[in-house]
Amino acid sequence: MSTPTLPRPSRHRREDEFTGERHVYEPHTVGLPPLRSYARELWRRREFAVELSRTKLREQHFDTAFGQLWLVINPLLMALVYFVLIDILRASHAGGLKFFAHLVAGLFAFYYIHNSVTVGVKSVTKGGRLILNSAFPRALLPLSAVITAFMRFLPTLVIYVPIHLLAGLPVGPHLLWVVPIFALLTLLACGLSMLVAAAQVYFRDLSSFLPYVLRIWLYISPVLYYPERVPERYKFILDVNPLGGLLTAWSDVINRGHAPTASSLLLGLAWGVGLFIVSALFFMSREREFAVRL
Amino acid sequence: MSSLSVSERTAISVEDVSVTYRTSFERAPTLRSTMLRLGRRERVVREIEAVRNVSFDVPHGTVLGIVGANGAGKSTLVRTIAGILPPTAGRVEVHGRVSTLLALGVGFNRKLSGRENVVLGGLAAGLKRDHLAEKYDDIVAFAELEEFMDMPMRTYSSGMYGRLAFSVAVNMDPDILLIDEALSVGDARFRRKSAEKMRELCGEDRTVVLVSHALGTIQELADQAVWMDKGQLRMWDDPDSVINAYTEFLEVKQDAVTLEDV
Repeated sequence: MSTPTLPRPSRHRREDEFTGERHVYEPHTVGLPPLRSYARELWRRREFAVELSRTKLREQHFDTAFGQLWLVINPLLMALVYFVLIDILRASHAGGLKFFAHLVAGLFAFYYIHNSVTVGVKSVTKGGRLILNSAFPRALLPLSAVITAFMRFLPTLVIYVPIHLLAGLPVGPHLLWVVPIFALLTLLACGLSMLVAAAQVYFRDLSSFLPYVLRIWLYISPVLYYPERVPERYKFILDVNPLGGLLTAWSDVINRGHAPTASSLLLGLAWGVGLFIVSALFFMSREREFAVRL
Repeated sequence: MSSLSVSERTAISVEDVSVTYRTSFERAPTLRSTMLRLGRRERVVREIEAVRNVSFDVPHGTVLGIVGANGAGKSTLVRTIAGILPPTAGRVEVHGRVSTLLALGVGFNRKLSGRENVVLGGLAAGLKRDHLAEKYDDIVAFAELEEFMDMPMRTYSSGMYGRLAFSVAVNMDPDILLIDEALSVGDARFRRKSAEKMRELCGEDRTVVLVSHALGTIQELADQAVWMDKGQLRMWDDPDSVINAYTEFLEVKQDAVTLEDV
């Protein structure tokens, strides 16, 4: 901060308030903004991300009783449809309620990611005026989509609990593993949301391809079947699928009643952290261009 | 009004700034069109040198007017000062809290109400929620939109839009206010009111950068003026000289029409 040596005219504001903010804008040689101050600005404006998501949810009548009810009924109906479908295809009742619990838990986790991506993809391109008219860390927009997805995930927990108990699945301290696994899912959701939001700026038709990609992703993830039922020659799909390890661990903990295997956890960790870092760097290196691209 | 006195510290310093950006001709870039183009091996990107080697300083408490023809780089320059567009070369230094009112935008989502837009815009600009709540009534009162704040902004007229935008920008207690073509909104009464508010802000030792085609407004409010021409700084002087040179350049007489409505 340049210290004034010359006498200053009297001001009605405190000096530190006046010079409290100093901004320097220079071209970035590597294309990345200074990371530490970026993270600080991001944290300082977290309320914006929360408020944006709240507004979005209000738009979808999340705050009304029927809106909430719909959010609960919709995933439950979806789970029922898949359950019936799989039951018919297998022509046996091998799994029963326990399998239904696996299906529901997996679908809800998958839809947390699904919603983060589908809400996130248009977060930047829809922020047009705001992006053109004020300077703020753009990552707030896709991150706000993850908050929205999280708020939609919460009511599904309420549905899952009775199913878990009805299926007679074990309840114990092993369930605490859910916390780190969910944290990794969140990291993955943040990464993917930033990735697709930035890509959407360059390819505006991405959002129309996404539903198909997500549908295929659901089918290759261990949601509609138990992870160990994947034939040996297709096991590699679980490794290259960012959700393979995490959903395996998720099902192990919730539906099998034991701690996740180290391999599935490490795989999930690698995908979650890796994708987050790569996407965040990609997003930040591109975000200063968004204003001219919209 | 001693705007050029050396005892004032610099609020905005623009040092040899150039802004170049690439745009494509396509309306909306898509994966499909990119694939098709790759097949034909053509590129539809054009480089635009919007601002070229511009340098000037704005001391605290100064009102700087920026004039220039359409496409002269005025808006790009202001966006660079606001930190929205990065400079391609050079350096911009800004001391103080910036509030921007660029091309009439507070709201970004026309489906949301005026209230939601104000809150979201303020939070994005880095204001605290309590500070925003404190200022909210002033904003609404100044914009005279009390009964419209809970209606979606798509129902607003362009005048109402502009009034709200102006009101948000000036009521946020900015140290530095950047205004792009905004004073021309609203009816005559609101224009007078906004000009008054601007004068009041300038009196409070704030810095204002004002981009306008209304030369009369610049002449009246500004202490300094900058004339931008094809991305370059053509002139940086007191408003009267700049406007004289600019109007001479335009080869139009400085009559009432150019002063207010061009």
